[in-house]
Formats: sequence, structure tokens, C-alpha cells
Amino acid sequence: MPNQKLFVGTHAPFWHDGSSISTRSYHTMLAALPAVVLGIYHYGVSALGVLAFSMSCAMIWEFMMNLVTRRPASIGDGNAAVIGLLFGMLLPATTPWWAVLVGSFVAIIVGKHIFGGLGCNPLNPALVSIAIMTLSWKSFLDFNATLVDYDLGFNMIYPLAAVKGFGASAVANYSMPGLLIGQQSGGIGATFGLGLTIGGLYLILRGFIRWEISLSFLVGVFMTALVFNIADPEKYANPLFHLLTGYTLIGAFFLITEDSSSPVNFIAMLVYGAGAGVLTVLVRNIGAFADGVVFAILMMNIANPLLDKIRPKAMGKEIEHA
Amino acid sequence: MTRKPFLGLGRPRLGCLVLATEGQEAIQEIPLPNRVTFFLEHHHDSDEEFDLKVGDEVRTGQKLKLMQDDKGYAISSVTGTIAGISQYKGYLGKTYTAIAINTAEEEHWDEESKEAWEKPNAESALEFLDFLPGDPDFASLLDSERSLDTIIIKGIDSDLLVTTNQLIVKTEFENLKAGIEYLKEITGAGKFLIAVPPELTSQAETTGAEVKVIEPTYPNTLPKVITERVLGRVVPAGKRCEEVGAGFISAEAVVSLAKAITHHQVPVNKIVTVIDKNHKSVHVMARIGTPVEDILGVLGIETQHGDGLVLGGPMTGRAIYSEDTPVMPDTDAIMVQDRSQVVMNSNSHCFNCGECVRDCPAKIPINMLVRVLENGLYEEAVKEYDLLSCIECGLCSYVCPARIPVFHYIMLGKYEFDRIERMEESNA
Repeated sequence: MPNQKLFVGTHAPFWHDGSSISTRSYHTMLAALPAVVLGIYHYGVSALGVLAFSMSCAMIWEFMMNLVTRRPASIGDGNAAVIGLLFGMLLPATTPWWAVLVGSFVAIIVGKHIFGGLGCNPLNPALVSIAIMTLSWKSFLDFNATLVDYDLGFNMIYPLAAVKGFGASAVANYSMPGLLIGQQSGGIGATFGLGLTIGGLYLILRGFIRWEISLSFLVGVFMTALVFNIADPEKYANPLFHLLTGYTLIGAFFLITEDSSSPVNFIAMLVYGAGAGVLTVLVRNIGAFADGVVFAILMMNIANPLLDKIRPKAMGKEIEHA
Repeated sequence: MTRKPFLGLGRPRLGCLVLATEGQEAIQEIPLPNRVTFFLEHHHDSDEEFDLKVGDEVRTGQKLKLMQDDKGYAISSVTGTIAGISQYKGYLGKTYTAIAINTAEEEHWDEESKEAWEKPNAESALEFLDFLPGDPDFASLLDSERSLDTIIIKGIDSDLLVTTNQLIVKTEFENLKAGIEYLKEITGAGKFLIAVPPELTSQAETTGAEVKVIEPTYPNTLPKVITERVLGRVVPAGKRCEEVGAGFISAEAVVSLAKAITHHQVPVNKIVTVIDKNHKSVHVMARIGTPVEDILGVLGIETQHGDGLVLGGPMTGRAIYSEDTPVMPDTDAIMVQDRSQVVMNSNSHCFNCGECVRDCPAKIPINMLVRVLENGLYEEAVKEYDLLSCIECGLCSYVCPARIPVFHYIMLGKYEFDRIERMEESNA
């Protein structure tokens, strides 16, 4: 052709709604900020250190993995930073640096890149790492032991450990509003229920996470805890207590909603969330661990591909009857 | 460009442009170009001798056929001499023969088709009317194997920002009425519906066809969605609307049909919506075969190397790489995009956010589909993940945060699956 002016030949559609992976990541981090800020306010510079180190390690692991696998650098999409941040938020403020280093390695490399990187991880990377730490270095995630030197002016006994060991009466003096505004010990960014909920609602309204999953998870936790509570009010704490303690709220709005390991169809999302909620309370009330969120979500992550088979019939598809 | 709204919980709402206000009916006429080009779908080896030769003289309205027994043809929109015949490869590997004609100063009309207009019937429609502006598909409408009970006239354009057929309904409803009468004679179909946006109901009512109001929101304007909403018939996966008895024809084609029969001449002018870089649209009337360059030149739209140029609308158009590409009978729109607005795809993986699944009008599990398509598993894509249910709206790519060219994968998958099927048939 004589005409040398050439045009770009892309495929339809020629418009895009402007969304991107990095926008989702940055807004997830933005939504986590209230809880993070309160954590840093409570535990001081050591909490900031854990979070900063966790995020930077995660990004460095990501970049190194990009180099090793010779793929384009993907730290720009912010996903590694989100994993690092969430992993840090789940840790107590006193976690030693090398544990953060190893933990972020497990999250990024074992949890995400071994499976092929972003979108290929069957499990939530941050939770894979927390689970391995729970099993390998149990003492680091024992909030009563690790936070023993802190006196923040409220009951510093880890509520879930208290109810597990001593029954519902041991936690009778925790006030629900107190729990909601973060007056409890726990992970750096996991205790401020109000902040997490505001962040979660922001993410839901912006369309970055799905309300179906978060809501069904919370309903699952509440209903199961209610059943236990009715069965034996002496032994099992009330459902509201379960909603506000441990990793429940960070789980509902930041962990269980992780895209790659959660289903996308409506019914599948409801079953997935509710299943994780039920398992959470089962682990808490009759299982071996004080908090069940980590293993409950991981279990449902595994069920995700199967759950996503529950889907609407495609247009014009003829169902073959066997 | 329509951006994702701040509150992103629901589905994207892509409103189609509707010709509601007065004063949008202006049509700018493009002067006769120096050279026109026609594309003929091509089934020959390139070294075969064609009946047409460089240097042959052609008249306006003359039928151009490569070989005597070819079914496909073009109707010359100008008088002049053939300047070149070349091969051209188009979308999805289709091969075309491009016939370029240098226009002469004096215009002479071809007389061959004259007697066909006395008594229009199915035969003459196939013989002379397949290249009408608006691109009527008489081969499907008149297919004797499946008789159509309903013909739907598209008075609303499928794509966003395109208003060619709306303009026709608004300004040419008398010709539309006449065209529908002729169409009844030719096809023998019992029911004629006209699909229009709410604003054009009054004009559509005068045409004599049953008016069906379509909410002007994408993808309600696509034929398969119209078939489902209006007729309550779901087109089976991988099949066309004609197989459930519904045929589609654009309003422009109906008007062209009326003009052809009443004036005893095949219309050669195409109405085109031209969308500039700021998404402003104007209507032009140009001879079929006019290069895009001429149209943009008349309108004063400047382009530069690296911009985007699209035949059709923003969701379903086809990108072209050269301004020499001509206006074809089905070119309802030309869209110019600034290089800064061209959407670049990425090679990210799908990260399973589910936006596409929620927005897909055909309820396809796109998150899984794109994974098997990326790996070239076309048969599995069809059997397990409903590839053939796709109605080709392009919303999946539009909403994908990972910017995966999902629609491109789907079209490639359909093409490859078709090839596999045909190979298996020929081996059987």
C-alpha cells in the first residue's frame, strides 16, 4: 500500500471501562488503612516495622521471582504489596524480622508464584503463610505470649484463647463496643472491627470485592455461633463475640474475598462464604486452634473450583438428558 | 469513553446514542472520489484468470463478477476503468479480491438490471440486490430450507454511538414503508417487526410494520438479544437467528430496496456515521467504495500514525490499518481514535474477579473459558465452557481489569473450532 500512515490494529472492543489490577490493589490497601493506622497507634513503631518489612519483602520476593522465571516485572500491579500488607496485618507486632522474611517468602513464592503467579493461586497466599507459621512456629502467633509486654489500658488477654480455655464466663467482661473499636489484643491490623468494616464496605460499594461472599461468611459465623451458644451458653460465647474477635472481620472483607481463590457465580459465592463461616466457628468451638478463620478459608479455597461448577445455564445451551 | 462509575457494584450501563433532538439529521455529502475499491469474497486461486481485467470500463450500477458462475458480486458505484485487481486478507483469515476503479468524469448508468425491476421477486433480489447499501443478507432471508416467519427490521443500530439506521427511520419512513411492501412480496414472510428506540416510535408506526421498542442500552440492541426479548425465542448455541425463524435486515437496506425498485436503479450511496476523536458523530453520504481517507478529509478530521481507525462502532467494529480501506455496504460507522485512547491489551493472567461472568448476557463462564482458550483447547471450550453461546457483544473485554483480550480469544476460538470441525468432516 502506498500510504505509509498506519493505524493500530487491535481487536474489538475499542473501549475499556478503565479498571485495572493496580487500581484494585491500591484501593484494597487504602481500605485497609484505618485498621492499620489503629494497629500502629496501639503497638507503636514495632508494628510499623513489621508491616513495612512485610510489604517490602513481599515485593522483593515478587521481583526476584520475576527475574528467575524471566517474566515481566509485576510488582507494579500492587498485588505483592497487598499480600505483604495483609500478611503483616495478621501478625502480632512483636514478630521477629526473620519470621516476617520467611513468612513473606512463603506467601509470595509458595502461595502464589509456584502456581504461576497472579490469578493462578488456588489458595489465599497470605493465609498459606499464616497457616504454615501457625504450624511451624506456634509461639509467634500466640497473642497472649507475644504481646505480654504491652499494656494498652484494656484487657490484653486474647479473647479467643480465653473463651477456648475458660468458657463464655471468661469473656463476659469484654464490651462489644470496646471490641468493635479495637480494644482487644490480636494481629496488628485485625483488631479494629469498625475500621475493617468501613474499609470492607468501601470495597464492596466500589465493586472491588463481592458482598455475597463477605455477607454469607458473616452470616455463617453468626448462625453457627448462635447454635452453639443456644446449646451451651456456659461454654460457648455469644455470636456477636465471634463476629468481633480474632480474624473474623479482616477475613470477611480482605481474606476470603481474594479474587483468584474465590468463586464468581452467585450461588457458589454464597455457599463458599457460608461454608467458611461455619468451619470458622467449628474450629473455634470444637477444633484445636483458638481461631479458625485461617483454616476455614483455606478449606473453602480448595472447594472453590468445585463450587464454581454451580452456575447458570448459558444462553442457547441444550441440556442433554442422560 | 464510558468509564466505570465510582460505585461499581452493579453492571455497566452503556447507553446507546439516540437521535432524539432535532437538527441531527444533517447529512454531509462526500464528493465523488477519484478512486473506489470493492471487496469481493474470494474462493479462487490467485493465478486463475478472471473475467474482469485491468483497463476494463465499468458503468455505474454494473455488476462486477470475478467469474461467470460466481455467486458473489459487487455493484459498481461509479463509472470508470478498472485500475487494479489485488488480493486482500481480512478478518478471521477471509480472503478478498479488491477491485479498484478510477472514476471517470461522466457518469453512465448500466441498463442490465432494468427489466428485473418490473416484477421484483426472490430471484432478482439475489441477482441484483445483494450489494445494496445496508448489506441485506438475501441469501439467508430467502433460504428455502428454513422458512422465516418473522423479519425484524433494525431501526436501531447495534453498536454504541452509531446512528445510521436510526437516521433512516427518522428521515425516510415513507421509503421504509414502500420497502417493507416489496420485502413482503419477495420473501413471503408473514410478520414484519421494526425494532426502534423509544424516541422513534411515532415514525416507525407509519411504516406498517409492528413496532417493537428496544431500550437503547447495550447489549439489548444485538440481534440475538432482540430475538430473545421480542420473540421469546432463544437462539441455540452456535446457531443463527434465522434458525429460529427470525431474519434481520437493516432499515437502510429496506430503504435501498424501495429506491432500487421505484427508481429502477441500484442505490450506490451509503449513509455512514463518522465518530471523531471526541466521540462527536456526524452523518455522511458517500459512494460505496469511497476510501475512508476521502471522508475524513472532507470532514477535516486529522489522523496521525499510531491512531486507531475502526469500521463500525466501539464495541464490535473492526480495526483497519490503512485509510485506503473503502466504505463497504455494511459500513455503518467509521470511528477515529486518538493514539492516547487506543486500548492496549495486557498479557496478564485472568485473576478470577468475575466481572465478565456477571456482565455476560449469555451467562458464559468466561473465567474458565478464557483459561482453556489461552491454551488452545478449542473443543473443550465448546463442550465444557459454552464457547458457542457467545453472542459477540464484547462486554467481557470491556470490563476486564486484567485487560485480557477476551473477545479476541473468543473469536479466534470460534474460528479455530470451525476449522477443526470442517477438517474432521473432510476426513470422515
